[in-house]
Amino acid sequence: MRHTISVLVENKPGVLARISGLFSARGYNIASLAVSETLEPEISYMTMVVEAEDEKVLEQIKKQLNKLIDVITVTDFTKKEHVDRELILAKVNYSAKEKVKLEGALNKYVAKIIQHKGDIAIIEAVGEQSQIKELLERLQQFGIKELVRTGRIAIA
Amino acid sequence: MIGAEILIECLKREGVQVIFGYPGGQVLPLFDKIYDADIRFILVRHEQGAAHAADGYARATGKPGVCVATSGPGATNLVTGIATAYMDSIPMVAITGQVKTFLIGNDAFQEADVTGITRPITKHNFLVKDVKDLARVVREAFYIASTGRPGPVLIDIPSDVQMQDSEFIWPEKLEIRSYKPTYFGHPGQIKKAAKLIAGAEKPLIYCGGGIISSGATFILRALAEKIQAPVTWTLMGIGAFPATHKLSLGMLGMHGTAYANHAITASDLIIAVGARFDDRVTGRLDAFAPSAKVIHIDIDPSSIGKNFRVDIPIVGDAKNILGELLEQLKEIPDTTEWLKEVEALKKKYPLRYKDGDKIKPQYVIEQIDEATKGEAIITTEVGQNQMWAAQWYRYTSPRTFISSGGLGTMGFGFPAAMGAKLGCPEKIVFDIAGDGSIQMNIQELATCVCNKINVKVAILNNGYLGMVRQWQELFYKKRYSHTCIAGPDFVKLAESFGAVGIRVTKKEEVRPAIEKALSIDNTVFIDFHIEPEENVYPMVPAGEAINRMIEGLA
Repeated sequence: MRHTISVLVENKPGVLARISGLFSARGYNIASLAVSETLEPEISYMTMVVEAEDEKVLEQIKKQLNKLIDVITVTDFTKKEHVDRELILAKVNYSAKEKVKLEGALNKYVAKIIQHKGDIAIIEAVGEQSQIKELLERLQQFGIKELVRTGRIAIA
Repeated sequence: MIGAEILIECLKREGVQVIFGYPGGQVLPLFDKIYDADIRFILVRHEQGAAHAADGYARATGKPGVCVATSGPGATNLVTGIATAYMDSIPMVAITGQVKTFLIGNDAFQEADVTGITRPITKHNFLVKDVKDLARVVREAFYIASTGRPGPVLIDIPSDVQMQDSEFIWPEKLEIRSYKPTYFGHPGQIKKAAKLIAGAEKPLIYCGGGIISSGATFILRALAEKIQAPVTWTLMGIGAFPATHKLSLGMLGMHGTAYANHAITASDLIIAVGARFDDRVTGRLDAFAPSAKVIHIDIDPSSIGKNFRVDIPIVGDAKNILGELLEQLKEIPDTTEWLKEVEALKKKYPLRYKDGDKIKPQYVIEQIDEATKGEAIITTEVGQNQMWAAQWYRYTSPRTFISSGGLGTMGFGFPAAMGAKLGCPEKIVFDIAGDGSIQMNIQELATCVCNKINVKVAILNNGYLGMVRQWQELFYKKRYSHTCIAGPDFVKLAESFGAVGIRVTKKEEVRPAIEKALSIDNTVFIDFHIEPEENVYPMVPAGEAINRMIEGLA
C-alpha cells in the first residue's frame, strides 16, 4: 500500500543522500519524492510516497526517518485529513483533426495547453492522484509522446 | 587560532585524555598541534586498530573514544571499526583528514568520499568546510555520540580548514532542534507495566547492552530482586547482572544456556530492557516465547516492535524507567513456583563440557576466571573464542566484557584490549582470542610494546577458524573448506615484537602459564594448544526455535 509522508529536514548538504540511503539500506521503496525549500530557507520540506506492505513497515520507516539527526519532523498523512496534488507535463499529439476533441477533454480538469508546435502540444495538469490517473487514461487516445510528473506534494 | 588548534582545544574541553591514530598527508597540520598537546596520543600500526582501540576505551570507561586518521586509505581503514561501534551503540568520535576544500570531488590524491562511505555506519557525520563551524561541530559530535542511543560520529576536516585562522568560540549551549532523545518513560505506560508485572506468574527479565550504556545495573538488580524474576541477557548485556546471582540465567540465544532458552520459552511476561530481539537471540520468531506478554523498554523507538511483537512499549532511558517502575510497583507477583521451575531447568540442563586430558578451551577460561577472581576486563575476538568467553567467565560487573556483538568483527579484541587497558589501567585486561582472529590485527603488538600497554592475550589455538569449521562439521558434511588455518609460531612472534610468549601444550601447564603471564609487566601472548575440534554447545541451529538446541553431551 502507498502512504504519503512529509518530512521536514535541515537544508544541509547530504540530507537527501541520508534519506535515500536509509531507504535503500533498509529495503524500503520510495514511489515518489518532492523536495523544496520552505519559508525558512534553512529547512526543506519533503513529500514522499512510500510503499509499505503493512503497518509495521510504515511504522519502522517513520521511526528510522525520525532517528536521522537532520530530520526535524515526520508527518504521516495516511489517517490525517490533507490535501495533495501532483503536477504533470505531457507531450501529446495535436493534429488539426483532434484539436477540438483534445481541448474538450481537458476542460474537465485543471489542465491546459501551455505550448504547441506543429502537431505536438505540451499540456500542464494539476490534480489529485485520481484526477491525474483519469486524465492520463483519456490522453492515451491522442497518443502521449512524453510524460513528466513532479510526484505528489501534500499539506495538512 | 588555526583549525588544528581549535580542534585540540575542543577535544580538551570535551575531556579527551587519549587519542588513537595514525598520521598522513591531510592531517599534517593537526599532527603538528598534537605534537605539543597535553593529550596522550597512541600511535597504532594500522588505522583499524585505532578505531577498535577507541571503541574498547569507550566500552571500558563509558566515555567517548577518539580516533584520528588521514584522508582516503587512512579513513577507509577506520570503516570496519566505525561499523563495529555503530552496531553495538558505542560512543566514539572519529576524526579524518580530507583533501583541501577546493580539491574535493576532483579525485585528488588520497581522496575518498568519507562522509558518503560512513553515512550508513555512523549515528551522524560532518564535513567541515569552514573553520568557523569547527568548534560547534566538535561539540555537537561529542554530544550526539554520547547521548540518546550512543554511537559513532565522524568529522571529516579538509587540511586547508585545519590551517585556516579563526577566533575560537566555544559554544556553551548546545541546541540541535532535530535531535531530542527521550529520557523519561511515559508515566501511563509505566503504570500499565507495573500492573502487568503484578499479575504475572512467570516473569522474566531479558536485558541487553542498553543497561550498561545507561548505567542501570544497580537498579536492574533491585527490580529483579523485588519482583523475584530470573534475569537473562544478550551478549551485549553481559555484566549487566552478576552471573553469580541466584536469579541469574546467563546468556540466552544461539549459544546461550539451555535453561535460559527454556525459561524464556515458558515465561508469561518478558521485561525486555535495552535489548532488541536480535535474530541470534530469538531464533525462529514464531516459536519465541509464545505465551509471553512483552514490556519493551528502549531509548531507541525504532528498536521497539521492529523484530518482535510488544504489548507495552516504553521509550526512554533504562535507568530512569526502571527506577520509576520500581516506585510504581504496588504489588509484586508471587514467583515461588516459577523460580522452582527455573531451578529445575538449571539442574536438568546445566552448562557443561566434557573435560579430558587435552586442553579444553572452556577449562582455559575457567582458569583465567579463577586466576583473575572474575574481576578482569575480558575482550574477545569473534567466533568460538567469543562464545566460550561469554559462557565460562563469571562476569559480575558492567564494562568487563568487551566484544563485537552486532557486527561480529574478527580482529576486534586485541586493539580493543589496548583501549580498555588505557582507559582502566588498574584492571587486568585479557583478550580471549582464536588463532585465526588474532592474526587480523596482530600488528598492534608493536603499539602495546612501544607504549607499555600491558595486556594479556590467551590464544585458543586449534589450527582452525573454529566457528566456521563447527558449522561445516554440523551442516556441510565435515567438508572443511578453507577453515584449516596455519599460524605463525606465536611465541617467537611475540618475542620479535619485544613482548613475551608462552606456549602451553599440557593441561597442567594452563594455570601456571596464566599466573606467570599475570606476573609479567609486559604484553604476553599465551598460545594454548587446545582440543582442535571442540565445539561450542549448546547451539541453536540457524532458523530453529531457541528451545530446540543441539547439545554436545546429551
